[in-house]
Amino acid sequence: MLWLALRFPLLPLEIFTRGAAMPDPLAVVSSSSANAEIVACNQQARRHGIDAGMPVTAAWALASGLRVFTHDVPAERAALERAAAWALQFTPTVSIATPIEILLEVEGSLRFFGGLNRLWADIKRKTGVTGYTVHMAGAPTPLAAQLFARAGLPTRIRHGDALRLSLGQLPTSVLELPAALGGLLQDIGIRTLGECLELPRDGLARRAGKELLAQLDRALGNVPDPRPAFMPPQTFKATLPLPAPVENAEMLLFAARRLIAELCGLLAATGKGAQQLKFLLSHEDGRETHLPLNLVTASRDPAHLTSVLRERLERTRLPSPAIAMTLESGMLLPLPSGNLTFLPDEREQTEALSRLIERLRARLGENAVQGLDVIADHRPERAWRACEPGNGEGTWITWRSATRPLWLLNTPRPLAQIHEIPQYEGPLTRLTAAERIESGWWDGDDVKREYFVARNPAQSLLWIYRESGGWYLHGFFS
Amino acid sequence: MQSLEAVLNHPAIWRGNGCARVAIPSVSTGFPELDAALPGGGWPAAVLTEIYAAHRGIGEMQIFMPAAARLTRAGRRVMLIAPPYIPYAPALAAHGLKLPHLMLVRAERIEERFWACEQALRHQDCGAVLAWIDHAPERALKRLQLAAETGNAIALLFRSARVIPASPAALRLQIERSQDRTLVRVLKRRGSGLPAPIALDLQNSPSVPAGQPRQLEMMS
Repeated sequence: MLWLALRFPLLPLEIFTRGAAMPDPLAVVSSSSANAEIVACNQQARRHGIDAGMPVTAAWALASGLRVFTHDVPAERAALERAAAWALQFTPTVSIATPIEILLEVEGSLRFFGGLNRLWADIKRKTGVTGYTVHMAGAPTPLAAQLFARAGLPTRIRHGDALRLSLGQLPTSVLELPAALGGLLQDIGIRTLGECLELPRDGLARRAGKELLAQLDRALGNVPDPRPAFMPPQTFKATLPLPAPVENAEMLLFAARRLIAELCGLLAATGKGAQQLKFLLSHEDGRETHLPLNLVTASRDPAHLTSVLRERLERTRLPSPAIAMTLESGMLLPLPSGNLTFLPDEREQTEALSRLIERLRARLGENAVQGLDVIADHRPERAWRACEPGNGEGTWITWRSATRPLWLLNTPRPLAQIHEIPQYEGPLTRLTAAERIESGWWDGDDVKREYFVARNPAQSLLWIYRESGGWYLHGFFS
Repeated sequence: MQSLEAVLNHPAIWRGNGCARVAIPSVSTGFPELDAALPGGGWPAAVLTEIYAAHRGIGEMQIFMPAAARLTRAGRRVMLIAPPYIPYAPALAAHGLKLPHLMLVRAERIEERFWACEQALRHQDCGAVLAWIDHAPERALKRLQLAAETGNAIALLFRSARVIPASPAALRLQIERSQDRTLVRVLKRRGSGLPAPIALDLQNSPSVPAGQPRQLEMMS
């Protein structure tokens, strides 16, 4: 067994701030009251001497520019669950260790990912995209991995022998013991886990309680340490607060990339794709902007989803700056993995085409991209319809032997007449006999027309008709 | 090592000695007399072609229909970007086009039209991109020419200017009509000299009986 512990030390803070790059000193406080304590703070705040556990009033005294957010435990828990879902792309065995750690059992994934070094680098890179700071460590037992991660050491231990030695060097603080017990160990001069392990077991159990021994045994693998497996959710929904109001599309995309990365991690883990996505922007004045993205085919490619959203954002005018962004997926659809073939095939082509359609639609509007189809109707304006690209040619009518122009006017244009001869840039000469079209009396949109092909002095070929004494231009033989 | 001939046949290389020797990937126009006048012997792919027609209804679309029919039948996309009127499906089908392979893109603003063209041209299964953009700045045309070079689609830009402006397009044709024939005048092509105007008899095309387009026998 090889467990990787992913600890997100700044999770309480980063759920608020990962939507934008923030240069200010920032901290999360335990409550909004005056005697609240700092729960977590960023590097900039630490530079001012601020640290976790400090009263917020003291922190204000150290850095007057400190921005604080109130600790939001449910949001933190939701973020951790999303991180767990995202981590399922690396291994099917993921477990949540509250409040800020997740565990991945990766022994079975090493071969697939090309070894521990590559997997490690991959996880590092991908957590970077989601916007979280991560401390990672690997060990044969889940608890040992957690302990190394808490110490901030990127330790990677594959075997039990090395484990005892390395664990021994960790300070007892990584055990996160109750304050009284921590104080007791300090009083008797125990600083490291190694010193703890050298103490007689029964004596230690009597003075410090069973829990400390049990923890050490679990960390060393002497007793089993079963972890509950995380089950992925069926849909995805996440909200990202924007630390400063944002109007600029590029900055919104920065935040959106975080959410898209989390979504795509879940999709990759479950072998699914998303076809319908909803981006929701919340504005300062309480208004909301809905940006639904309807893809032609399901996808889990972050670059593609980002580019579709980019086109969509560029087309959208925001009423006011946004303060939060929510991404919600519709039903996730099964999406077969695409890397099993060496040659470009049919599926790849249609996939590439649907991407083109999505890009065009995202910028130009849902109705801007269409296919064409013919319909069995005698009325020329009803003999065609717009359809989804790629569909069409449902009913082809073989009885039609008449001439039809390549261009049809949206609405027939009335033609002036001189001595009853219709005019279009000069008098028109009729070239064909009349084609009578009488139809539509049953649906109230009846036509009684005589169509002709006509030529004007510039030698354009036109499709014209006569109806109740008037002449109309209906198309060009372009 | 690549032979000199192979290098010289690259479409990006322009040689000033006649048009017949330039090997440009192209699709036959379906009109032998027109093929003979075009470098590569057909509608050239991966370059920008401009078609000028001062009037509508003089056969400016029909000259492309045989090639469009052939492309759609081969499963390649034909994109129509910002057409001025409704491309009439029954007539397109009568010209032998496979309608499921046609795609219509509506775009109001000039820069959106150019953007849509570029997106389509860079897409590998587009066989042809037909666009209607009248007022085109030269810079935008250059971009379009570059986009055309990245793909392998036929790029046709239909323009109606009566006074023909300068343009970086590799092939420029002017369509006129006289004595019931459609005249194609080559204004610019790669290769030396310009041929005499080519007269095409399209008279039959509008009255093609449905289901058996005239060009189909020629193509199969």
